[in-house]
Amino acid sequence: MWLFKQLQAFGQQGVRAMEAMGRAAFLLLHSLTWGGPGSATWRDLVKQIYSVGVLSLLIIVVAGFFVGMVLGLQGFTILSNFGSVSALGTLVSLTILRELGPVVTALLFAGRAGSALTAEISLMKATEQLSAMEMMGVDPLKRVITPRLWAGIISLPILTALFSLVGIFGGAFVAVDLVGVDTGAYWGNMQAAVQFYEDVVKGLIKSVVFGVVVTWIAVYQGYDSVPTSEGIGKATTQTVVISSLAILGLDFVLTALMFGGI
Amino acid sequence: MSDSYISMRNLSFYRGERAIFKDLSLDLPRGKITAIMGPSGTGKTTLLRLIGGQLAPDAGEVRVAGRNLQSLSRTEMLTLRRERMGMLFQAGALFTDLSVFDNVAFPLRTHTKLPESMIRDLVLMKLEAVGLRGARDLMPAQLSGGMARRVALARSVAMDPELIMYDEPFAGLDPVSMGMIVKLIRGLNQALGLTSLLVSHDVQESCSIADYVCVLSGGKVIGFGTPQELKDSDNAEVRQFLRGEPDGPIPFHFPASDYAQDLLAGAN
Repeated sequence: MWLFKQLQAFGQQGVRAMEAMGRAAFLLLHSLTWGGPGSATWRDLVKQIYSVGVLSLLIIVVAGFFVGMVLGLQGFTILSNFGSVSALGTLVSLTILRELGPVVTALLFAGRAGSALTAEISLMKATEQLSAMEMMGVDPLKRVITPRLWAGIISLPILTALFSLVGIFGGAFVAVDLVGVDTGAYWGNMQAAVQFYEDVVKGLIKSVVFGVVVTWIAVYQGYDSVPTSEGIGKATTQTVVISSLAILGLDFVLTALMFGGI
Repeated sequence: MSDSYISMRNLSFYRGERAIFKDLSLDLPRGKITAIMGPSGTGKTTLLRLIGGQLAPDAGEVRVAGRNLQSLSRTEMLTLRRERMGMLFQAGALFTDLSVFDNVAFPLRTHTKLPESMIRDLVLMKLEAVGLRGARDLMPAQLSGGMARRVALARSVAMDPELIMYDEPFAGLDPVSMGMIVKLIRGLNQALGLTSLLVSHDVQESCSIADYVCVLSGGKVIGFGTPQELKDSDNAEVRQFLRGEPDGPIPFHFPASDYAQDLLAGAN
């Protein structure tokens, strides 16, 4: 009997997870396209890019600078053991462009913008604003979700590019100005080693994937939340936890696919 | 009642295992105010959501204005709501990022291509009707509960619907605000010839404005008629509800196992 019950509970969980994935897939397919009754306008998109992207600028820039500085310092102590500090620029730039830029930006984005999106949408649901839209003949997926989803997809790659840029300058600040690596060696070796497609574009491809996934998780968690104060809290936490794990897991998959080895 | 605006046939709806409605059939007349009353938890709001097409029944059909809701696509459903339905939510459900004016203008701006000057006139007319023309620049957070509900009312009639549904319009209002809402519901119904549907458990207010009263209990209609007819009803359950007696055919206790056994079970 006990075994049966466990098995049944396990099965039910599986069914529920499948249903949730189905709803999430429907939401994504339905809200990726524009148009339909009461659809959002370009102005809604601009407004969302402001609140999702522009308002995340400060945290991204500050974090990027510090990450770059730490890399510069750590890289210097390690490379100086081998007498190859001239490779510091290459180390900093490749690490940031390929890995830390896309991943750290996406993690910060999930915490700063993703959680805010979830909280906003689930509160709109709890105060029946989404129902009110439906009853006015406006599809809340098109009106509320679509501009937020696209704002995330557009913002994250731009934020990632900024993070990487600031990070490389942060590395340069430590290397050149503080510990005295030769300016020409830092920038020259970087320029020689970094390839536009191999490093810059592949890093940005990662950030596009993260942008879709993080924003998708955030809007889905908000839209599917239980409309109570407990439900909103849970949905917001879920957004950060699931997005963070998804970012780190997907980063491994993308690295394996794009930078090879496996 | 030959001329019904909404008709439900053999409707069943479940939440998990629990049946909210089982084999419910109900016709609601066109151009009248019908109050749906019943104890909390009998699915009054669920009924409104089924009529609004926000929930789909597990069996049976709902027809609004002659259209079978189950046969409509998502877009057709939105069109039907836009053209014919309005709904007043319990807490108003105003968009918190828009001012009072923009809230009322929202359906007009979304669904029509009217010039801004005409939208302005229409919005001011709707706001004047609910007495809040002077509050047009306020944000929803600055409104009292009663004012928010009046703004929401102005918004739900902005597109001139045929059917308007009120979800607990009297709940949590002071007597003056309540009087205003009663007057507005009555006035709108007469002036615009709306079919009005009212979900409430305020017996007195509802009976004072409703043409018909429908009492729900245990997923069934236990009484339907004019307020006077129901007050004289020989159904004990209906009388219990309309008079507000704590125990009777509508049980005080939520279904549970035997009390003595339940207490003893803790000893083992």
